[in-house]
Amino acid sequence: MTAPPVPTNNVPTNNVPTPDAAKPEAAKSGARPSAAEIRADAIERPPGLIRRLPTSGVAMVGIGIILFWTILAITAPWLPIDPPNKSDLASFANPGPSAAHWLGVDIKGRDILARIIWGAQRVLTVAPLAALCAYLVGCPLGLLAGYYGGKVDAVVSRAGDVILSFPIIILYVILIATIGPSILNIMLAVVLASGPGVARIVRGLTLEQRHLDYVAAAELRRESAFYIMFVELLPNCRGPLITDFCLRVGYTIITIGILGFLGLGLPPPDPDWGTMVKEGTTMISIRPHMSLFPAIAIVTLVLGFNLVADGLRELSLKD
Amino acid sequence: MAAPTPSASAPLLSIEHLKVEYHSAAGTVVAIPDLTLSIAPGESYGLVGESGCGKSTLLMAVMRHLGATGRIAGGRILFGGRDIAAAAETDLGDVRGRGISMVYQDPNAALNPTMKIGRQLMEVPMLHAGLDAGAAREEARRVLREVHLPDPDSVMQRYPHQLSGGQKQRVVIAMALLAKPQLLLLDEPTTGLDVTVEAAVLDLVGELRDRFGTALLYITHNLGVVAKVCERVGVMYLGDLVEEAPVRELFARPRHPYTRRLMACVPHLGGDKYTTSFLPIPGQPPGLSRRPPGCGFAPRCEGFVAGRCDRPVPEERAEPNHRIRCIRHREVDSFEGTSQGAVHPGRPGDTTILAAEHLAKVYDLGRPAFSARARKLIANDDLNFSARNGEIIAIVGESGSGKSTFARVLAGLQPASAGRLMVLGDDLSAKSARARTSDQLAQIQMVFQNPDATLNPSHSAGFPIARVLKKFGIVSGAKAIDARIDALFDMVRLPRALKRQRPGRLSGGQKQRVAIARAFAAEPSILVADEPVSALDVSVQAAIVNLLLQIQADRGTTIVFISHDLALVRHLADSVIVMYLGRVMEQGPVGRLFDPPYHPYTEALLSAVPVADPTVTQARIRLEGEIPSPIDVPKGCRFSGRCPRKLGPDCDTVPPPAREAGDGHVIYCHIPVEDLARLAPIVRHEKAGAAVA
Repeated sequence: MTAPPVPTNNVPTNNVPTPDAAKPEAAKSGARPSAAEIRADAIERPPGLIRRLPTSGVAMVGIGIILFWTILAITAPWLPIDPPNKSDLASFANPGPSAAHWLGVDIKGRDILARIIWGAQRVLTVAPLAALCAYLVGCPLGLLAGYYGGKVDAVVSRAGDVILSFPIIILYVILIATIGPSILNIMLAVVLASGPGVARIVRGLTLEQRHLDYVAAAELRRESAFYIMFVELLPNCRGPLITDFCLRVGYTIITIGILGFLGLGLPPPDPDWGTMVKEGTTMISIRPHMSLFPAIAIVTLVLGFNLVADGLRELSLKD
Repeated sequence: MAAPTPSASAPLLSIEHLKVEYHSAAGTVVAIPDLTLSIAPGESYGLVGESGCGKSTLLMAVMRHLGATGRIAGGRILFGGRDIAAAAETDLGDVRGRGISMVYQDPNAALNPTMKIGRQLMEVPMLHAGLDAGAAREEARRVLREVHLPDPDSVMQRYPHQLSGGQKQRVVIAMALLAKPQLLLLDEPTTGLDVTVEAAVLDLVGELRDRFGTALLYITHNLGVVAKVCERVGVMYLGDLVEEAPVRELFARPRHPYTRRLMACVPHLGGDKYTTSFLPIPGQPPGLSRRPPGCGFAPRCEGFVAGRCDRPVPEERAEPNHRIRCIRHREVDSFEGTSQGAVHPGRPGDTTILAAEHLAKVYDLGRPAFSARARKLIANDDLNFSARNGEIIAIVGESGSGKSTFARVLAGLQPASAGRLMVLGDDLSAKSARARTSDQLAQIQMVFQNPDATLNPSHSAGFPIARVLKKFGIVSGAKAIDARIDALFDMVRLPRALKRQRPGRLSGGQKQRVAIARAFAAEPSILVADEPVSALDVSVQAAIVNLLLQIQADRGTTIVFISHDLALVRHLADSVIVMYLGRVMEQGPVGRLFDPPYHPYTEALLSAVPVADPTVTQARIRLEGEIPSPIDVPKGCRFSGRCPRKLGPDCDTVPPPAREAGDGHVIYCHIPVEDLARLAPIVRHEKAGAAVA
């Protein structure tokens, strides 16, 4: 018993030769676009995160603030300001803001504006660099944990958990108090304290991607594990990582400020915003400007980075 | 034709000269320029077209859910005499809840994951009918019974993640029914479901229409689905209704070239690759901002004539109830389907290049606490088959039947647990990708299911192909590699310029073409294709299948094609393996599997296939429940728990014998072949004079 044949609208196979890919398009000329042109039309998609950044007002305000400080920091040597460590003894009589010293002078008679600008140079070098170093350590660890899983993941993640379980400020204080305050040591401390956090984020992102087909395709062409981790997986983590980087730079600026305030900051006499706030506290009841202006500097710069991070996150959620 | 005409009674929904626009920073695009259609009370209307043709926009306009950027720029949407397009936002609540309900495509997005099913359902009558909690609970229980969910009380106590995809879609339909709507909008409610589940959901939709007299507006890209549930069908292209007719009339005499092409893209159970071939539509719908002057379909149409098709096309009536928007519809036979599209499939050779012997894949799940026995997940068990060079061997089954696991074992992404896997004379069963030699790895390449995950979003389309060429040493030197990439892009009919584009700028079909080019770059003798087209529109699916058949014919590659769609398998395979819960139920040459004798499971799958022909009837066999967990599987026949033809307790305890049905056709069933052969065929064709010409 056989089923009656089901009629079909399909066209019977005949002997018409299959046209070459290019031929039918070439044959049909005229005003209208050919099928190939339609296919070549890439789909209209929103451009990447960074290129859409100008559409986010929040992020643009943040970028404006960061640019303001960056330009001041870069141009510091050419600005008509005092050297940061020069004392103007004449201004002791009136340390408040004046025509000669727009933001006043500190307890040692040094121009606060100049010290803030020179300080910006330092903080804008140290903080992003330290965050970058944290990424250099955290990314490979997170990739290893996420890609291999199992025992590698257990070791990396548990070690990270141990560090993250310390209250972060206490960790910094113990570290800097032990190895001494210097730019290098502050960066080391940031790497140790931030690295596990970065590793945890990268691990999560890697786990999401690990089982996607393009990774399997890479394995089927015998790509090395190193290649898969850094060329296939890492670039796809970039969206959340850029946001996290901005936040982390902000936190690092706060950290450097706190360390300075606790007397563990960048070594004096060179200007450091946290140290400046601390030095001002001795006079805070009568001369609040000495602490206030550097504190405002810290707040604005951190705010700038946070606003950019917020804007990036908003944009990525809009997708 | 006894189909209701819209003028016969006052329409329930009447859309008149609707115009919908989207506004953005880049300017205004017209999504729907001028659309008129009406639906009578109790009528089921199907709206068909490829993705991006404005079907969903139309639904959203009817619901007035166009979002911040969409706007109804003209026309009227009359529902029960009231103009939805002009109604105030505050008056819409009533229409949305009690008048019109909507079933969305993705049940996961329609249900709140943090609320129990019961509470989500109860909200509807409490809000719209002002019932108290007790009465609302009773209502919820009633609709859950109506959508045939077993044990409504336990379902109401569960969270959405505790239900399967098919169950969730039933809950969403139940939710839409709670408001007792007069019109139900369904936006591709079965896309992404297995055929068996899809068939059950379609049965349900049809049954509800018959019982409650609810009118349906059903959106889909698959004409097979429309043939099953709809009375009238509209075909949409670029926001225009290009053709509209009662379903039998449309399938018997399609007049628009676009409709014809859509029909020629649907696989039929009737023929194989040697007797019929798909006739795909070249290209894809242009973006809305690039609407061509005149007929929207002109750039992709075989019958384009300058001076006629590039002018505004008036709507005509071929029959009183057959509307058409094509200037050349009277002469459509003269140009449509005459020129291209024919594929010349290859024939299998006679060298066996792939053989599985007692192949098994078992995952050891470890021993759970307080349990004496270690748990094992048996994904594949005792697979035996062989494939010749140039053969297309299809593996069919529902999700969870172990097809994909086998694909991964074959490709080397996971080693097998037992048995042998002979590929070109080497046993690769225990060797994962890293343990295979470069040659062995290059011999078996894979095309994956999900077009969105198959390419790395950070790399250009040509990049992975270049890596394949480099890693396997197929060609060397930057120039030679570039030339080979161009050749591969030509082979998969992609413009060469796309090789520099990131996947984010490619369509699903284009991504799958790149994936095919990547797989063939290694010059494999075996291609494993794991549901390569199941996530694509039927029109794109047809084009990809044609492409695979052509490349396969040119290169003589063996293809292991994994699919849940029996109609597609019927179209392209040389031999078929039907799998259920990790075991083979039936295997044999493609010509033998679709007529009795067949395994009861194959019979059920055949009954579920959507057939794009309203004159075909399928005997209704619906499997109870879902495919069970592959942990602790039954000792006897794996299918015994759901088998509608179960003989007795032996089915549960004794493994079924392999019964030879001749010509290499083997059925693993306790029922003797002679009895299976006496079963009535599932697919019957109505003897009708008005059948397809």
